[in-house]
Amino acid sequence: MSDSLLRVEDLRTVFRSSSGDIAAVDGVTLEVPRGKTLGIVGESGCGKSMLSLSIMRLVPNPGRISQGRVMLEDRDLAALSPAEMRAVRGGDIAMIFQEPMTSLNPVHSVGDQLMEAMRAHDAKASAAELKNRAVEALRRVRIPSPERRFAEFPHQLSGGMRQRVMIAMALACSPRLLIADEPTTALDVTVQAQILDLLRELQKETGMSVILITHDLGVVAEMADEVAVMYAGRVVERGTAKDIFEDPQHPYTIGLLGSIPRIEEDRERLLSIDGSVPPPFAFPKGCRFNPRCPFVIPACKEADPPLRELGPGHRAACIRAPVELALDIAA
Amino acid sequence: MKEGPLLEAVSVAKHYPVKKGIIVSRQVGAVRAVDGVSFTLHRGETLALVGESGCGKSTTARVVMRLIEPTGGDIIFKGQNVTNVAGAKLRALRRHLQIVFQDPYASLNPRLTVADTIAEPMAVHGIGDAASRKARVQELLRLTGLRAFHADRYPHEFSGGQRQRIGIARALAVEPEVMVLDEPVSALDVSIQAQVVNLLGDLQQRLGLSYLFIAHDLAVVKHVADRVAVMYLGRIVEVAGKRELFSNPRHPYTRALLAAIPRPDPSRRGAVTPLGGDLPSPLNIPPGCRFHTRCPVAQAVCREQDPPLREIAPGHTAACHFAEDLPRFDAEADGGIAPVAQRRLAAYAAARERRALAAVPAP
Repeated sequence: MSDSLLRVEDLRTVFRSSSGDIAAVDGVTLEVPRGKTLGIVGESGCGKSMLSLSIMRLVPNPGRISQGRVMLEDRDLAALSPAEMRAVRGGDIAMIFQEPMTSLNPVHSVGDQLMEAMRAHDAKASAAELKNRAVEALRRVRIPSPERRFAEFPHQLSGGMRQRVMIAMALACSPRLLIADEPTTALDVTVQAQILDLLRELQKETGMSVILITHDLGVVAEMADEVAVMYAGRVVERGTAKDIFEDPQHPYTIGLLGSIPRIEEDRERLLSIDGSVPPPFAFPKGCRFNPRCPFVIPACKEADPPLRELGPGHRAACIRAPVELALDIAA
Repeated sequence: MKEGPLLEAVSVAKHYPVKKGIIVSRQVGAVRAVDGVSFTLHRGETLALVGESGCGKSTTARVVMRLIEPTGGDIIFKGQNVTNVAGAKLRALRRHLQIVFQDPYASLNPRLTVADTIAEPMAVHGIGDAASRKARVQELLRLTGLRAFHADRYPHEFSGGQRQRIGIARALAVEPEVMVLDEPVSALDVSIQAQVVNLLGDLQQRLGLSYLFIAHDLAVVKHVADRVAVMYLGRIVEVAGKRELFSNPRHPYTRALLAAIPRPDPSRRGAVTPLGGDLPSPLNIPPGCRFHTRCPVAQAVCREQDPPLREIAPGHTAACHFAEDLPRFDAEADGGIAPVAQRRLAAYAAARERRALAAVPAP
């Protein structure tokens, strides 16, 4: 009996192109524990958003899932019919996005949009009942005077309020899994703190699992129980938040941790990672991080290393880990 | 004798009128985007202007560059009042004040090659001839960590970090003394952000530049600034040296900003305390202290009297009635990197260094 709600197994999402299939997500395996938060970290172009769209079966054309399974308990989402999948979206799994303004319709009131989402999953409810539920949903995300906000339009709300509305909408049908794709990136830091606080409280109330996709390691440290670090379409390191922050193994994870400016210390220079993330059609042979990795040896350019276990539940895809030993040998 | 400030803003204000009526329009109010901001910027120094969106930090920077006309106040550059200079004099001033914008995707002309982009400011200011400009472009590319062959390429061929380097090269082309950096790294990925932050530091050291660094991210500011000015609703609420501001902030808003930053350290989870409420509209600034509607320590006096920015220690000013009475607060305290992670970071830095040395071509 596994304690995970969602299990992604060897998932591959490809885009057809004139020069063959290009994989944006390439052989990703991960689990989302029940009632916990999985943080997926990576820079733009690492495939983290495409992974979440693959889970929701919302990969834009001409992309498709070419391999692997997405197991929500014992159902493979990748094999469901479009109609069955529609019931899963919003019902079992809901999603919130980075930019709340572009996800809300500017010509409909907040309340109408909330009711529309609810009606899609419950055709029988009366308008009055839906309205009550919508107001209740707004109250649940701590929106002050929800009756008044119900009739307002998205442009009348601040960025933080809009994200609250999106969360209310996502939670309207009590999903078991919430996918939050950079939910606070567009917000100011004080508002971000409010939204993260809210997400944490709602998770406690409902017991839902959360996939939190972000590039911000601070947000991951604040929210995630488990962390998967992605690079160039692959998971390069997995473990608990403690593993990743206190015992980082993959050179990319180490480089990321070194790149973030920290309030509590005063370094003259930040450790940065040389170069930039390659586009999916130009992934290098062997380990995909090898052109940017300071620990690279010829073997790294030969074969793509699989994830290997370095501690209980802690895996990294690097043949050089732990790197401080690699350094001694080279010296 | 100590040199005076290079650039000075004295009670600078920018109010945008709000009008009503289509045929007979009359002013019904004003958006007080910047409402009496004073600061000084010395040679070779980095002053950071921080605050949330809508606090007026970008408007302030544009006003002191004379890109927007101020409603009130004075701008003094090298001891000269330049608030009202125009024509050729204004163009001459612009040569000394250059700006790097936030979005490297929007601030480069897609139809100009990198060489043309970088050379354009020199042409505008009549510096050099075609040949010397070409040589200067090459020099600037090297200086900003780009390659010689990049000169003939177009912006779409570059990544965000490289585009930001092009923007920096363009700003440097006319040898400015002051660079306004308007959120130069907030659109970039973390690893790239670190590259650009390091580059800006190197350039400042080599060229003796002064930076006015606009940012919302206090962690980045911690790494680039010498002094920090915190803005809220069109006003500066606190100014202090970097160390002082982070280890002993004296304005409740500064504290709220510092406390809201999520730390990359799971053992400190839950330490973040969110500030309640939203930023009030600059159309409707609260009476008294503008922060009182969200302030956790507000008293009756805060609703009535607007506290002036006053010196509470040498080089440390704050606009709060109770600046001295606030309890201790130190954003630098505890946390930090776990020992194993620390060792890995050191190994990474060492390996990188070794690799960089190995990559230097033999003469």
